[in-house]
Amino acid sequence: MALTPPEAKIWWNEKVERGELVWIVIAFLWGLVMFFMMVYWHLEGQQNLSNEVYRISPEKFLAKTEKFTEQYKVREEAGIPVAKAPAGSDVYMLARLWEWWPILELEKGQTYRVHLSSVDWQHGFSLQPVNVNIQVHPGLEHVVTITPTQTGEFSVVCNEFCGVGHHTMIGRIHVVDK
Amino acid sequence: MSIAESHSGIIGGIAARFRTCPATGLQIDLAAERLIKANAVAAVVFLLVGGVFGLLVALTRWPAVHLLPADMFYLVLTAHGLDVLLLWILFFEMAVLYFASAVLLNCRLAAPRFAWLAFILMLVGGVLTNIAVLQGDSSVMFTSYVPMQASPNFYLGLILFAVGALIGCLVFLGTLVIAKEEKTYEGSIPLVTFGALTACIIAIFTIASGAIILIPTWLWSLGYISHIDTLMYKLIWWGMGHSSQQINVAAHVAVWYAIAAITVGAKPLSEKVSRTAFLMYILFLQLASAHHLLVEPGISAEWKVFNTSYAMYLAVLGSLIHGMTVPGAIEAAQRRNGFVNGAFEWLRKAPWGNPAFAGMFLSLVLFGFLGGISGVVLGTEQINILMHNTLYVPGHFHATVVAGTTLAFMALTYLVLPLIFQRKVILPGLAKWQPYLFAIGVSGISLFMMGAGTLGVSRRHWDITFSDAALSFDYPSAAFLMLGLNGLSAILAAVGGGLYIVITVGSLLFGEKVTADNVVEALGPMPTRKVSEAVKEYGNAGTFHLPGTYILVAVFFTAFVLYYFVNWKYVSDLWPMG
Amino acid sequence: MATKTKEPEAASERIPPMQRLLDNPFLLLFLGVTMPTVLYLMWGLMEITQIPIAE
Ligand code: HEM
Ligand SMILES: [Cu+2]
Ligand SMILES: [Cu+2]
Repeated sequence: MALTPPEAKIWWNEKVERGELVWIVIAFLWGLVMFFMMVYWHLEGQQNLSNEVYRISPEKFLAKTEKFTEQYKVREEAGIPVAKAPAGSDVYMLARLWEWWPILELEKGQTYRVHLSSVDWQHGFSLQPVNVNIQVHPGLEHVVTITPTQTGEFSVVCNEFCGVGHHTMIGRIHVVDK
Repeated sequence: MSIAESHSGIIGGIAARFRTCPATGLQIDLAAERLIKANAVAAVVFLLVGGVFGLLVALTRWPAVHLLPADMFYLVLTAHGLDVLLLWILFFEMAVLYFASAVLLNCRLAAPRFAWLAFILMLVGGVLTNIAVLQGDSSVMFTSYVPMQASPNFYLGLILFAVGALIGCLVFLGTLVIAKEEKTYEGSIPLVTFGALTACIIAIFTIASGAIILIPTWLWSLGYISHIDTLMYKLIWWGMGHSSQQINVAAHVAVWYAIAAITVGAKPLSEKVSRTAFLMYILFLQLASAHHLLVEPGISAEWKVFNTSYAMYLAVLGSLIHGMTVPGAIEAAQRRNGFVNGAFEWLRKAPWGNPAFAGMFLSLVLFGFLGGISGVVLGTEQINILMHNTLYVPGHFHATVVAGTTLAFMALTYLVLPLIFQRKVILPGLAKWQPYLFAIGVSGISLFMMGAGTLGVSRRHWDITFSDAALSFDYPSAAFLMLGLNGLSAILAAVGGGLYIVITVGSLLFGEKVTADNVVEALGPMPTRKVSEAVKEYGNAGTFHLPGTYILVAVFFTAFVLYYFVNWKYVSDLWPMG
Repeated sequence: MATKTKEPEAASERIPPMQRLLDNPFLLLFLGVTMPTVLYLMWGLMEITQIPIAE
């Protein structure tokens, strides 16, 4: 009875039923499979989160992003600059209340180093409809290497609560053919 | 206490007053009993408040209804998380701790004065934090990620609440010591008490983490500290935030064992196996706080993989073991009760009309199938990229903490009312349906939020049409459907939850007194044998024959493996990144 | 449990070590707090404090 002390004084040596044992072994092995699946994906898989991260002051990241935007601005959309950097280069996107800035234009099949950071609170980079979700912190510059495989208009929804304008915080990434 | 002779016992030089439980013959310390009552009542009150907030949140997220304005939505969502996740659950857990120590060990409660102090601190803290939130300047979500700042009383209330809970844990441990010294039981503590001990140990780590991070954050909100590192905050905060969910798991598994024992006379298949499974929890469960940091910059993949997998899924192993031994114990007991035909007569003829049993079994199934599987999948490092901060996350944890923990606690209430409050459950005809109603509603909430999350819908988000935004984005129309169905399910769940509150409070106020003559009947329908007999019986079941349980486990395992790899397929379709 | 026959005092000597661990709440408490403190908190804090500074 689970509500009373075990019947036998020494219960550790009691025999375990076969059915129970079999299940324990299966469950343990399944745990190993799931564990090594993550390790395997780091070695062979294409989708892993980079851990290239630097501490940076919000002012400095803002300055870097502004310089980048000025250099590569090709047009504006809804008053927001669109930056198109050479294929395969470093691109910047900052989060602030309540926008992702600037808009990026990328080429399909090219690999970019996307620098993400916030200049105020935490925000959530949620690339839709691809569904890639990355947390963005103030003070941390996160360099994510990413290779778009589809063309079209993609949105960056903020999915970390960031105050009363959180649901208006949307950014844009265009992916175009070469 | 009119029902049985109450007497004062002088134990260890301190007078404690006891009554004898007519159902079990246990000596119940009246001080412990009063504390159990107080904590349980506080829990139910906060469930009521928090549940109403939950309904408001769900109705706002239903695009066609969109009930509250944005600022109110975020305020109410903050309050919902706090009231249900912290206050309802932890008050109830304090009641479980006192029950599993003083009552089950036949012992007086250690330092009841301190237990009252704990209760008052928790109550004052809980109310203080609620007031801070309702004043409107602390809509920071219950996670309160820095550098977003709440008013100082928000943090202070949480600190007081945590200190109170810590004192409660120490009272529990003290009671274990007294019981051992005064030899109120022989051999090892009961399995249910061991489960409660597991919960208590996890709670102590939880509360310590909370103190380490909330005290500086409180000082920061007062201006005494200039900066809190955002990543450190999250690391330590989740040491509290996630571990507190692991308290729930340990507690509700203990509750499953207890309800199975009382309602069908189940005894653990193997003390060794069940206790080792709890040991896995003690050692590894808390590492899973890493689930919340999987897409965070600045922490290595080694740390993430090791911690998110509870050191190679050893704590999941614990859960998988309980997931078999609880139904297995029920099947063995039911077979002893005479239901031996086929693979499933034991299950078909289980006391489904007894809300305690029905709630327990639904909790077990939903926690395993919905909460457990989705949790392990969500906690897989790379799969988390797909789901982090989407509605999948609340979908998952409503399956664990609502369909699992909350439903288990509701089920237990149907036994606590007659055994501790000594009141018969009123409206038995409705009580019978309550667990089903709530379970269906909550399953809906979980599934539809998970569905919306799979479509990329963000959690904690007021407007998925982005009507006030500079740019626009359209979620697939299925997402709108999901949120509508979520709203409908929320109404069902709220009716089920409301019914629980009406029945509980009504039974306290108007329930017929339970006496030695009607106590067995008051515990609800049971299979043939009488409870006092069932509860006292140990007896080896001999060799087990558990075909039904094996089939259930096989179905579960198949679902788990399939769903797991389906999600890897989704990951492999994402844009390559590294 | 009242009907149990008294076992000799020496019986406690023969209780297997694992059962003794599981019967000892404070040892379990120690393990349950140390494991996550070291593996989750301290390891994590070490990594966070070692994040390099951007040039
Ligand atoms: C009638 C019952 C309930 C309903 C209808 C309900 C509904 C919801 C909804 C719709 C959300 C919002 C998801 C979002 O927008 O991010 C939510 C969040 C949440 N719910 Fe519930 N819920 C209920 C009961 C509970 C219970 C009993 C618990 C805990 C034991 C709970 C814990 C939470 C937590 C922790 C959150 C997250 C808050 C946050 O993101 O800060 N809920 N709930
Ligand atoms: Cu944001
Ligand atoms: Cu946001």
